[in-house]
Amino acid sequence: MLSAGARAFSALTRPRFTTASTTTLRSPAALRRLLSALAVLEQRDGKLNQGSLSAVTAAAKLGGPIHAFIAGSNVKAVAEEAAKVEGVEKIIAVENGAYDKGLPENYAPLLVENIKKGGYTHILASATAFGKNLMPRVSALLDSQQISDITAIESENTFVRPIYAGNAIATVESTDAIKIITVRGTAFAPAAVGSGSATVEDGVDPKAESTTEWVSEDLAKSDRPDLSTAEKVVSGGRGLKSKEEFDKIMLPLADSLGAAVGASRAAVDSGYADNSLQVGQTGKVVAPQLYLAVGISGAIQHLAGMKDSKVIAAINKDPEAPIFQVADVGLVGDLFEKVPELTKKLKSA
Amino acid sequence: MGVPSALDVPIPTYPVPRSPTPSPRPVIETESLSPPTDVITTRAQAIESTHPFIPPFFPQIYHKTMSALRILVPVKRVIDYAVKPRVNKAQTGVETAGVKHSMNPFDELSVEESVRIREGKKTPVEDICVISAGPTKAQDILRTAMAMGADRAIHVETKEGEDLEPLGVAKLLKAAAEQNKSNLVILGKQSIDDDAGQTGQMLAGLLGWAQATQASKVEFTGGDSVQVTREVDGGVETLKAKLPMVITTDLRLNEPRYASLPNIMKAKKKPLEKKTLADFGITGEKRLKTIKVTEPPPRQGGGKVEDVDGLVSKLKELGAL
Repeated sequence: MLSAGARAFSALTRPRFTTASTTTLRSPAALRRLLSALAVLEQRDGKLNQGSLSAVTAAAKLGGPIHAFIAGSNVKAVAEEAAKVEGVEKIIAVENGAYDKGLPENYAPLLVENIKKGGYTHILASATAFGKNLMPRVSALLDSQQISDITAIESENTFVRPIYAGNAIATVESTDAIKIITVRGTAFAPAAVGSGSATVEDGVDPKAESTTEWVSEDLAKSDRPDLSTAEKVVSGGRGLKSKEEFDKIMLPLADSLGAAVGASRAAVDSGYADNSLQVGQTGKVVAPQLYLAVGISGAIQHLAGMKDSKVIAAINKDPEAPIFQVADVGLVGDLFEKVPELTKKLKSA
Repeated sequence: MGVPSALDVPIPTYPVPRSPTPSPRPVIETESLSPPTDVITTRAQAIESTHPFIPPFFPQIYHKTMSALRILVPVKRVIDYAVKPRVNKAQTGVETAGVKHSMNPFDELSVEESVRIREGKKTPVEDICVISAGPTKAQDILRTAMAMGADRAIHVETKEGEDLEPLGVAKLLKAAAEQNKSNLVILGKQSIDDDAGQTGQMLAGLLGWAQATQASKVEFTGGDSVQVTREVDGGVETLKAKLPMVITTDLRLNEPRYASLPNIMKAKKKPLEKKTLADFGITGEKRLKTIKVTEPPPRQGGGKVEDVDGLVSKLKELGAL
């Protein structure tokens, strides 16, 4: 079965690719050879971040050779895992614990040195917290105007990206020699870790000092699927009224579906749910098989984060709520009554 | 290779002439205000100090004498967040004429945080300067920022349609930070029009300063140390850095105040300096060409069901269950 991202990607780009194929994508092989892409991968505690493999998928659309970059302590195991990723020719690995936390102050110079050494024309990273923090700094050091959060590639220098909370879609052409790109994960499914056999090579390490120091982190632990990659997402809004009700209503619903839990900004601002659960323009962008919005009116900033979902369902007591304009199926009613009933029926089914 | 263009920014000279109109707040005379003695004398020194891989000369000078904050707060005028933007007929952009504009919501958080740092009294704040590049109307949001508590404003006037890309803005801000001897720049994490999320990081890179993006908490922990909690995937992380630094704001950082009427009146008397891109050595050159702007494919609502059973069966029918 295709993952949610793959579906979103094909739906978004198939028509564009047919038109683009007559132009730059079919450039002469001689030109093509000049193109080479570097996908920046992420690791945490010696494990490859699967979400970062969207960068490889996007790089594959460019048509040139793909190298991948990884840095951190005990990087060898991660590099070997990354070497199995389909489509990657070479892994550039830098072994140094100073890069474990992805601090851009030393990671950006590291990346710049390796970009220069490899002569890459396209540098891609997933639009994750890591990618969004690091890549613009790299871009500035290379004097290149970054292209953020792309959803499609039309040619080696033309990219598609949403603007204005997804209310407009811009097609932009880059005139920079080195193109720095972040990739929207829901538009490019992570490349498969499978039968690839990339070579692993040591990268250069300029050993720049970081001017920031990592102190601590506090990550929410959950057995539920990861919000950005989940097949199903149930999301709660201001209608839940309190954190207690949010947990009491939304968590059993999520568990009955095997879904990830999301929230609207209103719910996050009111303290009903953790900020990392926010779906929308300034939070996570999701495109699951099923998105069930509970007590969410459907402000444009929220829709920006979920309107590429395959099926959208909504439960809201206000029949005029804008969410019903995008929902494939809507139920008007009191969520405190309807959701527990739904949870019960899903469990017994 | 693009790196040399970081040198396009003019070499800052000292002492930088202050705004002709005095700041309404008493200026605390400190050591950090007196012009540095080790002024750059040669072009080579200047190049070395502005090279992106070598921290510029600024931090070293400030570390010796830092005692008060000079905060620079870039703000952007954008289409109001509650307005649904419409793509224009020519498909060149979004219709902006006659559409309500306001300050980018994340920039309101930046202004608020700066004012709170002053009110917190833990670290003396000498200056809060807001800056915006845009058409004449950008002055409205600069006045708003001053009504919220900023001391003064710089308006960099650009012609209609001559909007800057994040890299251009970052270069402008680098020059502005140097001219105004800023040691802290607080920006929004992204503007809600182009959704790029780049300017703060680019600025930190160009200046060689520390960066803390998507901040939900900023604490001054004594001396020049700043501890910032930032929103990351799955939770938060905490970083420690020394001034000078660049911080970008996330939604949870604070709740911006409303400007009161007396403060709006007072803001009219605060200094607003008018500048041009040339004053910062910037051209409006663009690296990205917009080929076209289109509406996203519309989504059709699928109608409503009567009860929970209807919902379940419809979801099954759609293959979602």
